Amino acid sequence: MISVKKLVKRFGLKTVLRGLDFEVQAGEFVALLGPNGAGKTTFLRILASLSRPTLGEVRIAGCRLPFQAAAVRRNLGVVSHLPLLYGDLTAEENLRFYGRMYAVPELIQRIDEILELVGLTSRRRDLVRTFSRGMQQRLAIGRAILHDPEVLLFDEPHTGLDQDACDMLDHLLREVAGQGRTVVMTSHDLARVEDLASRFDVLSRGVISASVSQNEMGKNNLLDFYLQALAG
Amino acid sequence: MSNRQKTGKNKPASSFLGAVGAIVWKDLAAELRSRELLSAMLVFALLVILIFNFALELDPLTRRVATPGILWVTFAFAGTLGLNRSMAVEKDRGCLDGLLLAPVDRSAIYFGKTVSNLAFMLIVEVVVLPVYSVLYNTNLFNPGLIVVILLGSIGYVAVGTLLSSMAVQTRTRDVLLPILLFPVVIPILIAAVKASSGFLQGLGWTDVMPYINLLIVYDVIFTALAYMVFDYVVEE
Repeated sequence: MISVKKLVKRFGLKTVLRGLDFEVQAGEFVALLGPNGAGKTTFLRILASLSRPTLGEVRIAGCRLPFQAAAVRRNLGVVSHLPLLYGDLTAEENLRFYGRMYAVPELIQRIDEILELVGLTSRRRDLVRTFSRGMQQRLAIGRAILHDPEVLLFDEPHTGLDQDACDMLDHLLREVAGQGRTVVMTSHDLARVEDLASRFDVLSRGVISASVSQNEMGKNNLLDFYLQALAG
Repeated sequence: MSNRQKTGKNKPASSFLGAVGAIVWKDLAAELRSRELLSAMLVFALLVILIFNFALELDPLTRRVATPGILWVTFAFAGTLGLNRSMAVEKDRGCLDGLLLAPVDRSAIYFGKTVSNLAFMLIVEVVVLPVYSVLYNTNLFNPGLIVVILLGSIGYVAVGTLLSSMAVQTRTRDVLLPILLFPVVIPILIAAVKASSGFLQGLGWTDVMPYINLLIVYDVIFTALAYMVFDYVVEE
C-alpha cells in the first residue's frame, strides 16, 4: 500500500532523511517511533504530499508522489497534533466544508455517521473553539475519515491530551484502523502505541534503523527494542 | 460499493469551482461569526481617513487633488491588515495543511482565498467611500471611480493573497507582508491613483483609459502568475 525507496529530504544544507526505505502492506498499523528531531514529521509530511522529496521514490496505493499527488490525497486521511479545524465554524460546518473539498457523495448522511462515530452528535451545532482538546481531536479524526480513505497518517495525535482523552482517542483509533485501513502513526509514547500497532519501526539518523512486528516481539519489551535500535 | 473500495484514481474529484466556492463559503461564514477581520479593517480604514482629515485641513481644491492618494493609501493599509489576518487564520490551527491535503488543484485554494479577500476589501471600500464623502465634502459617486476601485482592488488582492501565503510561513509574517507587497503593487497604486484622479477631475474615459488598461494588464498578469506558482509557494 505504501512503498518508499531511497528517500532523501534536505532542508538547505541539513539532511533530515538519508535514503530511507519503508514498506507497508494494506491493513497494517505501523507505529513509527523515534526521538525528537529524528524526521518522523518530515517523513509523514512527504507521505501526505505536503512536502516534496529531494530524492527517492514514494508510492501510495500505486500512485507516485509528487506527480499523482491529487490521486494520493483522495485516498489519504491525516491527523496531526493540530486539529486542522476552524474554530469559528461548528462541528457540522467543518465537516461540510471538508466534505465539499473532497466531493464526498451523500454528504449530509455521511456527516451524521461521522458525528455518531466520534461521539459528537449532540455538539454538532457548537462552535469548535468551545470544544475541549480531546473533542477537537476526535472531530479531527472524523474529518480525516470523512472521505473514507484507505490510508491514515497520524502525527503524534496524543499530544496535549489528558489520560481520559488519550484513552478515548485510542478507542477511536482502534475502531477506524479496524475497518481495514492502513495506518502509519508517529509517536514517542511507547506505552500508548504498544497495544495499538501491528508493527513498530524506529526512525533514527534519517533511516529506519529497526523494525519488528507485534508477533515477532512476543513477550519482549518494546522499550528494550527501541533503546537497542537507537543504540545500534 | 463503498468509496474505500475505489482507488484514489477512481474516487470522485471535487470540481475546481466547487472547491473555490467551498473556501469562499467557509471564509464568509467564519467571518460572519467572529467579525475579527472586517472590524479590524474597517476601524483602521476609518481612523486613517479621520486622521488625514484633521492633519491636512485641506481647502476644497487641494482636497480634490489629494483625495485619490488618501483613498488608495487607506485601501492599501486596510487591505494589508485583512490579507495578513486571512492567512494567519489558516496557519495558526494548521488549517492551511487541511486545505493543501484536499484532492483539488491547489490554485483553487488560491482563487478561493483571493475571492474571499476581495469580498472583504470591497465591503470595507463600500463603507469607507460614503464616510469619506461626508468628512471631506467630496462627491465620490462616479461610475468611473467605482470601476477603478474594483480593478485596483482585484490586482492588489491577487498579488497580496500570493505574497501573504508566502509571508505566513515565516515568523515575521506581520512585518514581512507589507515589505514584500508594497514594492510589487507600486504600479497598480500609481495607475489607480492617476485614474481615480482623472475621474474626480471630470476627465472622460478616453483620457483615463491608459491607466485603466494598465490596471487590467496588471490584474491579468499577476493572477496568471499566481495561478502558476501558488503550488510551489505553499509546498515545502
